[in-house]
Amino acid sequence: MKLSGAQIVWESLVREGVEVAFGISGGAVIHLYHALPEYPIRHVLMRHEQAAAHAADGYARATGKVGVCMATSGPGATNLVTGLATAYMDSSPVVAITGQVSSALIGKDAFQEVDITGITLPITKHNYLVTEVEALPMVIKEAFHIARTGRPGPVLIDIAKDVQAASLEYEYPEEVSLPGYRPTLVGNQRQIKQAARLINEAKRPLIIAGHGVMLAGAEAELRELVEKAQLPVVNTLLGISTIPESHPLCLGMGGMHGEAYANKALQEADLILNIGSRFDDRLTGVVSTFVPEAKIVHIDIDPAEIGKNVPVDLPIVGDAKNVLQALIPLIEPASHPDWISKIGEWRAESAERDILEQETDALVPQYVVRHIWHATGGNAIMVSDVGQNQMWEAQYFLHHKPRGLVSSGGLGTMGFALPAAIGAQIGRPEEMVWATAGDGGFQMNIQELATVVQEKLPLKMAILNNGFLGMVRQWQQLFFEGRYSGTPLLGPDFARVAEAYGIPGFTVREKNEVIPAIEQVMATDGPALIDFVIEQEENVYPMVAPGGSIGDMLRRPRIEELEIRN
Amino acid sequence: MRHTLVALMEDKPGVLNRISSLFRRRNFNIESLTVGHSETPGISRMTIVTAGDKANIEQVEKQLYKLINVTKVTDVTDEPAVIRELALIKVTASAATRSEITSLVDIFRAKVVDVAPDSLTIEITGTEDKVDSLASLLRPFGIRELARTGRLAMVRGNNGQKN
Repeated sequence: MKLSGAQIVWESLVREGVEVAFGISGGAVIHLYHALPEYPIRHVLMRHEQAAAHAADGYARATGKVGVCMATSGPGATNLVTGLATAYMDSSPVVAITGQVSSALIGKDAFQEVDITGITLPITKHNYLVTEVEALPMVIKEAFHIARTGRPGPVLIDIAKDVQAASLEYEYPEEVSLPGYRPTLVGNQRQIKQAARLINEAKRPLIIAGHGVMLAGAEAELRELVEKAQLPVVNTLLGISTIPESHPLCLGMGGMHGEAYANKALQEADLILNIGSRFDDRLTGVVSTFVPEAKIVHIDIDPAEIGKNVPVDLPIVGDAKNVLQALIPLIEPASHPDWISKIGEWRAESAERDILEQETDALVPQYVVRHIWHATGGNAIMVSDVGQNQMWEAQYFLHHKPRGLVSSGGLGTMGFALPAAIGAQIGRPEEMVWATAGDGGFQMNIQELATVVQEKLPLKMAILNNGFLGMVRQWQQLFFEGRYSGTPLLGPDFARVAEAYGIPGFTVREKNEVIPAIEQVMATDGPALIDFVIEQEENVYPMVAPGGSIGDMLRRPRIEELEIRN
Repeated sequence: MRHTLVALMEDKPGVLNRISSLFRRRNFNIESLTVGHSETPGISRMTIVTAGDKANIEQVEKQLYKLINVTKVTDVTDEPAVIRELALIKVTASAATRSEITSLVDIFRAKVVDVAPDSLTIEITGTEDKVDSLASLLRPFGIRELARTGRLAMVRGNNGQKN
């Protein structure tokens, strides 16, 4: 079958199981867009290429499938960069396809030419520049293979315009041949035995469950292990939802804004079993005082993560699901009653400081998030932005379904929530999807409201609007003499902006309006937005001070302490 | 401590860029980097000299392995290996100094590869130390140009890095 380069792209995407592509057309992809209507792929026209990359990423995270985004050469391609870096930091399987100027013009500074393979070298798992149509089928095959296997990640394919127009007798390869790419999936049996021995001997064992558990689809194995030996679990931000937060052994998130009792458990544990987390600095705080009592077992599919940030006593390289399946039979049932009751005491002390235990009429964001959780029964897919709103979501929405939280963890990309939620909603049309963002982050990709309407997505949006770039303001308040430099933020009337796009918009200023507004939005058939005008200077607590140890947290003052101070 | 790594990689466009970009991005140090064809068509062989502690070097190796085009990485530092560097040295030589220079060249088993009225070009192969010593002995005569390849390494006997 003789196909054009453009047809080869779409035909190969169809064979890879792609159903959706997020993108924006342009001069260097005009052949691709010309061929698109011939193929059963839904193209979602975004309003900015950054949003296209985030949407593909959100789609990938919500479904576990590869997300695809497209952009033209030059500025279209450079606009993808933030989205690709976001996907790379969080190991999200994305394939980005960009148009490039014709091969004869490469290197001549042609109109809309940019070296996008050079630019994206450090933020992609791999990338390709295709200047010959003969190479195209194998490149696409390899790109999908690399994106979705091993430690997943984004792969970019830059295709010269003349390649899209050229034609070739098409044959899609069955196999890839990548001698330098052979991810280790099965853990070393001897090391797994040693890990079992360490777990069986531990008095105060603790699991850190990260994104790797979700990427491996190892949620059931994690739960089996946890219950068999009564092992408490701390999640990283991206590990949230790998074990139901309602589970008595789930301690929630650890780290900078983690639960104080989770961090205390980390610091007191005598054995840490890290499954698929990379010991990110937001989890560890200052490394020299991190888990001082513990032997560390680290399970990761990426050998480079072992010993990168924290020295490890026992590494196991492999896929979390395979490794746990091999490990569980070697684990002896145990109950660790003293350890678990000690953690229970710390947990009770934390609960006393919870702002939701305090009587206040103020509209605090924690209350909003908790009531979205109540109203949705915890079943919604939450897509959070970055900053205070992200931490409040992580703390007050108790996730119990796998892939229930989509958030930019590693890169911390503001503007992520709305476009990623578009991707998540398209990937999981049966689920209710909420985008939650601050007023700062929401304005960074607010143009995607048009995409929501054009694609008829029933997306629910909540803005936690405090009129500040709130997390930076919090730092300025606590560590920079209260000098609010560059953080007070003017926003539009978000409800009216939504209305202008044809989306029902609501503004909530009083606490007693929160529940009715959430219920009204949930009863709305299509999309809807609520602008929650919250307490301006509410902080995220608890908090590890920058450069501090996770055992030493700034806590929300207890009510009686506040009263004494007054 | 200095380590010598030998890496084999697919000979694809941009591979050298991927490696050098990786070293810059991860803040790894490169003392020298030499690349050329290996015994297998389509596979290039690179010798990298880098400094760091054990944990650093482990990271260098693992990060190199993560590059899709890299097929094998070996740290040959503690292996019995043949280590060689080639240098070309153009040194000022008058009729008065020429014989003194050539006797140095002989002692080092180096070669004079070009003779001009006022200079000699010397080719030397050996360890970095040997190249350093000859260069320092020639410096008083006036070194006009110096070009060094950087280190090449090959493990002795049967324990090599064959692809």
